[in-house]
Amino acid sequence: MKALLRIEGLTVILGGREVLRDVSFEIRPGEIVTVIGPNGSGKTTLLRALIGAVRPKAGRIRRTPGLRIGYVPQRLQLDATMPLTVARFLSLPVRHGAREISAMLARVGIPGLEARQIAELSGGQFQRALLARALLANPQLLILDEPTQALDQPGIAGFYRLIEDIRREIGCAVLMVSHDLHVVMASSDRVICLNTHVCCEGTPAAVLEAPQYRALFGDGTGGLMALYRHHHDHSHESASEGEEKTDAR
Amino acid sequence: MLDDFMLRALLAGIAVALAAGPLGCFVLWRRMAYFGDATAHAAILGVALALWFSISVLAGVLFTSLLMALLVSALIRKGHGIDAALGVLSHAALAIGVVAISFLPGVRLDLQAFLFGDILAIAPRDLAMIWAGALLVTLLLAWRRQSLLTATVSEDLAFASGLDPRREQLILALTLALVVAISLKLVGALLISAMLIIPAAAARPLARNPESMALAALLIALLAVAAGLGAANWFDTPAGPGIVTAATILFALTHLRAVLRSIRGPGS
Repeated sequence: MKALLRIEGLTVILGGREVLRDVSFEIRPGEIVTVIGPNGSGKTTLLRALIGAVRPKAGRIRRTPGLRIGYVPQRLQLDATMPLTVARFLSLPVRHGAREISAMLARVGIPGLEARQIAELSGGQFQRALLARALLANPQLLILDEPTQALDQPGIAGFYRLIEDIRREIGCAVLMVSHDLHVVMASSDRVICLNTHVCCEGTPAAVLEAPQYRALFGDGTGGLMALYRHHHDHSHESASEGEEKTDAR
Repeated sequence: MLDDFMLRALLAGIAVALAAGPLGCFVLWRRMAYFGDATAHAAILGVALALWFSISVLAGVLFTSLLMALLVSALIRKGHGIDAALGVLSHAALAIGVVAISFLPGVRLDLQAFLFGDILAIAPRDLAMIWAGALLVTLLLAWRRQSLLTATVSEDLAFASGLDPRREQLILALTLALVVAISLKLVGALLISAMLIIPAAAARPLARNPESMALAALLIALLAVAAGLGAANWFDTPAGPGIVTAATILFALTHLRAVLRSIRGPGS
């Protein structure tokens, strides 16, 4: 199938530092692709280049014509002087009807929050409001930057389950950046391991076995592999996951 | 009818409130207070230029304020740590403007009128320009509000929606220069940014959405203009400082509940 987005030889320099070097990959309709990498590996810059917020030094980003992107930023620093209800936020920049907004809030698991101030939402509610806003654009490609930073362990698992369900329902491709290695791996079709350049790329199982991946994330990944398989057998969350996650880092 | 200077001041004040209320909200949300100061101070330089080249004061002020607004926008684009640059630009424009005016041959100028406003200075022909500028600002903000608000909430969200936050920043720079130009004679260069920030800040506790805050800021600015000009009429107080004082009182009133709540202690 034709790619929604094709990145060719992307190089980005910020403040004299090479943040991305010769990055190439593509995203096809309906697939979930996760970008993992250590802090400062250029993950967020990659996503920002894709939405046009960062101008690349070299390379090109080809989008399929008229590509609809839904973007969920890592966080959003709303100034305290700005009043904003959830419903009004969901109507930026494209206005949506009240019924459409209510239905979308219910779909992402935060029904009835239309009149709530954005600043009063919990981390998990806010993340879902951001997701709802992105989904209202009826995206062909959903881009998420570290979507679960503000969530606790059960919250993280629930959020990724929601992403998988939504992908199944509307058939959008998903590109996300994440730290939550084990949970992310379980829900990804393909993993791209980034450290300024693309170290390795492939199915979660293939990337976990790759020496480049081990070099980046250490030897604790044996436990991670077990967890990955565990995830495919079971969908419930166990307390030991949190500990394993720490080990894996 | 327009022969009455107090009526002219009131008509000018209504126009200024119409533009400064909504624009002030953006200045507050985007933390552009210093930006407003620099742009307003550049007006004094504009006055000097206008007198030097014998052009209209409004045109001279519009020119220097717009130049300053664009310069500051460019600096902000460059990234962090621009506080020092902004402080230098802002006060340099003010000081150099005052010095330049003092060098003008044969001009005896009431400098205080430009620093703090002078309702006597508003001529009938100024009113048309002031209203045209105010309507342009208000309509521009209303027309662009969806993209302006998106870019204010998050530049990245704006980019991802296919908008260009830099364009929105330019629109705000342009409207800021216009507001400076039309408010100079009424409130003066030193108090223009107060006229932007205080009504907007006073409106904050009353609003749940950006639009209602902009409307509340507009109404509060109108009240402040009426009260300030009333005081000028009956007590002979200076108009610009009077308007800003009235706005400050309104700010205190709308924040009374929050203040009382914090005195009574959290959790009550």
